[in-house]
Amino acid sequence: MGTIWFWLVAIMIAMYVLLDGFDLGAGAIHLLVAKTDEERRQVLASIGPVWDGNEVWLIAAGGTLYFAFPTLYASAFSGFYLPLMIVLWLLILRGASIEFRNHIESAVWDPLWDFLFWGSSLLLAVFFGAALGNVVRGVPLDSSGYFFEPLWTDFRLGDETGILDWYTILVGVLALLALMMHGGLWVQMKTSGEVNTRAGKLAHRAWWGVAALTALVTAVTFRIQPQVKENFTTWPWGFLFPLLAVAGIAGVLFELRKRDERKAFFASCAYLAGMLTSVVFGVYPLVLPARNPVYSLTVTTAKAGVYGLKVGLVWWVLGMILAAGYFTFVYRSFAGKVVVGKDSHGYGD
Amino acid sequence: MGQAVDVHRLHFAFTITFHYIFPQLTMGLALLLVYLKTKALRTGDEHYSRAARFWARIFGINFALGVVTGIPMEFQFGTNWAAFSKTAGGVIGQTLAMEGVFSFFLESSFLGLFLFGEKKLGRMGHWWSAFLVFLGSWLSGYFIVATDAWMQHPSGYRFGANGAIELSSFWDLLLNKWALWQYAHTMLGAVQTGCFVMAGVGAFYLLTKRDEIYGRTFLRAGILVGTVAAILQLFPTGDMQGKLVAYHQQPTLAAMEGLFESQEGAPLAILGQPDVEKRKLDNPLEVPMMLSFLTYRQWRANVKGLADFPQTEWPDQIPLLYYSYHVMVGLGTIFISVMVLASLLLWRGKLYDSRWMLWMLMVCVPLPHIANTAGWMTAELGRQPWLIYGLMRTASGISPRVAAGNAWFTLIGFMGMYTVLAILWLFLIYREIALGPDPGHRPTSEEALVLAAE
Repeated sequence: MGTIWFWLVAIMIAMYVLLDGFDLGAGAIHLLVAKTDEERRQVLASIGPVWDGNEVWLIAAGGTLYFAFPTLYASAFSGFYLPLMIVLWLLILRGASIEFRNHIESAVWDPLWDFLFWGSSLLLAVFFGAALGNVVRGVPLDSSGYFFEPLWTDFRLGDETGILDWYTILVGVLALLALMMHGGLWVQMKTSGEVNTRAGKLAHRAWWGVAALTALVTAVTFRIQPQVKENFTTWPWGFLFPLLAVAGIAGVLFELRKRDERKAFFASCAYLAGMLTSVVFGVYPLVLPARNPVYSLTVTTAKAGVYGLKVGLVWWVLGMILAAGYFTFVYRSFAGKVVVGKDSHGYGD
Repeated sequence: MGQAVDVHRLHFAFTITFHYIFPQLTMGLALLLVYLKTKALRTGDEHYSRAARFWARIFGINFALGVVTGIPMEFQFGTNWAAFSKTAGGVIGQTLAMEGVFSFFLESSFLGLFLFGEKKLGRMGHWWSAFLVFLGSWLSGYFIVATDAWMQHPSGYRFGANGAIELSSFWDLLLNKWALWQYAHTMLGAVQTGCFVMAGVGAFYLLTKRDEIYGRTFLRAGILVGTVAAILQLFPTGDMQGKLVAYHQQPTLAAMEGLFESQEGAPLAILGQPDVEKRKLDNPLEVPMMLSFLTYRQWRANVKGLADFPQTEWPDQIPLLYYSYHVMVGLGTIFISVMVLASLLLWRGKLYDSRWMLWMLMVCVPLPHIANTAGWMTAELGRQPWLIYGLMRTASGISPRVAAGNAWFTLIGFMGMYTVLAILWLFLIYREIALGPDPGHRPTSEEALVLAAE
């Protein structure tokens, strides 16, 4: 039962990264691909009706993690206290900038929110990457089952690690580049004109960074987290996951050259899904590795009571079917390229 | 305030109090939007569609603030209350996760369609999107209340092998009798917030002699729905909540009422200041035997005072609890009077010319927010010193490794950020009210985003 929930939570997090990833990425490239007010509205319009729903995956994944693995939720959230609070502030700033920007047209109103939208999206991508890096590297858990990490110490991989060290920063930069590519491909697919061209070019340039850093981070990860090597040696079929990532990243370049905007975006989805499932496969059965392996939290030690998990499975499946229905409906309703209206109020007036 | 537990409590109290400013208006307006959309659908009158669009703009701003201030609430269970989460996460995580899975997906998906898709969806489709946003926000309220109700009156649980609390009955958790009454009471409070805001804006338009057709619609909707809600708030829901507290949280009832000594035929204190050191109520203004009657429906019934319980069982903020409860009840009584009176004037056809009544309705706009906040403070301060009533003390629920200094750091951060958000909220909503519901008044630079398929 624990293993099932381990994968279900992983799927929800992957959905979050795929979906909110493209609107975070769109934010991180906002100021780079859109120069005029009309262009910036195009970028915002491309994510306007969906970003909030995408972010719900984070909340739903968090809630699911909470009831399925309460011990993990308690340890990880209190241990990552400072970075999580910073993430919350960034999410607040970002949500406010998307929602408030178009209420007033003024030379001092829009640029402020554009800047905040860009900056908060960019930092969120780095922080989410660094968070993933922390989980893979392991945290200073002790016999109490708790830890507390400062934001940084000496940036080395010693026993007194901080949130930011050279490894987690490296993963953070990879995450930023990957989401800039992902967001660039989304914006390219949803827009036309200058924005479309610039977004495509930017995604293309980011691709090289993503490809290089993926190789580097993968090599380093095998050295840092011994569980990863062990799992891939024990179950070689697990190589399917990194294979998906490789196919995805190759597909992005291939489709970019062929100028198939939709397929390029979906290839990027495959890349992100492949990377995340590789990590999940690599750390299993650990849910939170410790620097001292004795104290690592595993699927078995962190999971909730069996009855609750069984009941949860029933409503979770039902809820996910409904959610899939809503998302299909919403994305279909807003399919196609965005058009920024000149004489409309957006509410049908 | 030096102790970590105090800072963590203040942290949660501050962020939840600020957060709840928004959802109560969201949930109240969601119902009223369905009302306006239904009117538009039935009468085919464009006026109702414009009225709905006007409130949808305000709803959108308010909703966004509810979302961004809501995410920190779920996180804080883990960040600041880790020991509590470790112990009880297997139970309350259920309802919190269900909120995400069943209501947030629904709400966020259809809010986008509701705000951006009126042209695309057509009349029926747009009505449905409004209804589903309403359903999502009201479901969300239920899951949160069910979570709190479990902490007030735990049911459907057992202790697992490792000392953690496990779920033993899903339906006992979800259909906890405490949750059902608390939900009804909470939602009526939210409806009143929406109604007073809508009626208040209507009164503002009539008093300033602008957009008067809309002003009348807003007044009618706010007063009709608001009168029903104000009465149901007191009876049966408020009454039943009081009885649940009387039966299951006896020290809480005594503290709420400022009753220090047990009495047969206990009086109801309307005013007075509790002096916890001397164990008495100063300057009391009391209705004799009323408390006994209200609680047990017997004039001579014995109501237990605080002195009957060991001091370790007392809520730790008795004066604050007492005042919160009295502010809530006092304002609730005022709402009933104002709404009933306004209904009578509306029925007699005199409301739109009664300037004093319009003034009254306009001035009342912020009061339901205060009453709802006071109500939640009553519930949560009343639960003390327990985090889970009878099972876990508040002091043992905090994150063991998060020092008071770190909690202060983030609390101050939230205070700064929320101050800015509050100013923006007031500014943007005032601006929408000033622009008004008539599209002719809106400047052409008001171009929002329109999406169309290529």
